Amino acid sequence: MDFTTFLQQMINGFSLGSMYALIAIGYTMVYGVLRLINFAHGDIMMVGAFLVYLAHAAGLSFPAAVLVGVLGAILVGVLTDKVAYKPLREAPKISLLITAIGISFFLENLFNVLFGGVPRAFPAPDYLTQVIHIGKLYLPTTALVIPVVTLLILAGVLWVLYRTKYGMAIRALAFDIPTVKLMGINADGIISLVFALGSALAAVGGIFYAISYPSIDPLMGIIVGLKAFAAAVLGGIGSVTGAVLGGFILGFTEILVVAAFPDLGGYKDAFAFFFLILVLLFRPTGIMGEDLERGRF
Amino acid sequence: MSQPILSVENVTMRFGGVTAIDHLSFAVQKGEIYGLIGPNGAGKTTIFNNITGNYIPTEGRIVFDGKEITGTKPNKVVDLGIARTFQNIRLFKSMSVLENVLIGYHNRMHYTYFEAIFRLPRYWGYEKRIKARAMELLEEFGIADLADTEATALSYGNQRKVEIARAVATDPKLLLLDEPAAGMNPSETEDLSIIIHKIKKDFDLTILLIEHDMKFVNNMCDRLTVLDYGENIFVGTPADAIVDEKVITAYLGEFKHA
Repeated sequence: MDFTTFLQQMINGFSLGSMYALIAIGYTMVYGVLRLINFAHGDIMMVGAFLVYLAHAAGLSFPAAVLVGVLGAILVGVLTDKVAYKPLREAPKISLLITAIGISFFLENLFNVLFGGVPRAFPAPDYLTQVIHIGKLYLPTTALVIPVVTLLILAGVLWVLYRTKYGMAIRALAFDIPTVKLMGINADGIISLVFALGSALAAVGGIFYAISYPSIDPLMGIIVGLKAFAAAVLGGIGSVTGAVLGGFILGFTEILVVAAFPDLGGYKDAFAFFFLILVLLFRPTGIMGEDLERGRF
Repeated sequence: MSQPILSVENVTMRFGGVTAIDHLSFAVQKGEIYGLIGPNGAGKTTIFNNITGNYIPTEGRIVFDGKEITGTKPNKVVDLGIARTFQNIRLFKSMSVLENVLIGYHNRMHYTYFEAIFRLPRYWGYEKRIKARAMELLEEFGIADLADTEATALSYGNQRKVEIARAVATDPKLLLLDEPAAGMNPSETEDLSIIIHKIKKDFDLTILLIEHDMKFVNNMCDRLTVLDYGENIFVGTPADAIVDEKVITAYLGEFKHA
């Protein structure tokens, strides 16, 4: 692999890692607050991308469609919590987990029934799919846009978590929900905020994914969601910085492995999970994870 | 007597077949330090949980500041002006002392998501003012120098102070303290009683406290209720309590039968 190819692959890895990171944050934040692996999270990403497609098909401009997609994903994410998870706050965690799997199946099949399972072309605008040449490098605009937007969003999320009263309440919820209520804080409102934030990021991740692999279908959230979940675990579930780190590590590994061993390209998903298993063997709490009873974020 | 700030009227709390509180009534006047004492399992913490809305009483009602609050949600009860601490300290671990206290100010930081996102003046203003107030509060407790320390790294006595400071931060009229002196050595207990008197005066508080340490109770409380098996067996001053026959029997009963 010469240097140009290597650089090219690194840039691709950065883009892919960005998507994993954006989606992984939702997994890790919900886990931090509710100790729930929200298996429906990957499908929220699909909902976001699908709504952009539908809004665009209905005649909206691409930026307006993106807004519809993000807001729609927030609505679905928050409603999922209110309808399916909130009644189970006091229930055993396993009931919550099974419910999450149920919601995941529900969303996948709902979209399958409504819109069919045939992949559709995603309406990425030209200014995002153009290819720029820099020396020997060959870059789609998205390879630059995705990492930049991702880093801006990450800075925003960290700022909310560490510099606002809402973030402080989110971090406190991770320790002790009843005590947070005794501070006069509406804990369910803060939990809704966590779902809203996670869903918005998932939708953005889903839109990036749909632009890069320009098709969408109702099951697109499954494997991407699982890999983002792997990224969250890799980074240490519950830690936002860990999720970002895990996302990028997974993105780079996947791209580089395929670049180095093109024959094994078909196994790239397997590599991601192989790598996850390897890390967990040596560091069961993930890279940034601490022991489970301690603080998160 | 004027209208009490808190009145517990005929409250009964059953958990399945177990009656934790049995037709309990007592009233706390504004500005007093009222004690709730009794042997282990007498239902003291249960009545705290009833008042703060963690448990809804099976029967009876609780009136605070002229308003019935029976069954009100915990976060609403705090808004009405009741704050509490716990027997086993419940701080937000791995957050700093200052952050623990800042959480208590959550509802007094009047800015919206919108103002926070766009960092409008109201956001900066509140963040700055509330931080200054939180530091003053820590000063009051003599732990301002520990503001940036992780809460769990503090000594037990100081953790207790942080917990009380966090409760005071919610701007209560009534402060419920669940065994504030538990696990403290005599000098820490002494220090704490001075602080409690001071914050009571500075923040115009009424205090209801649960305690085992009779010396502490004597030192602190204007009046008290003695609970035994969920029933009110004595109301009066600490000095009268220690010579009351029923109270002595409740505490020392097991020795008599031994």
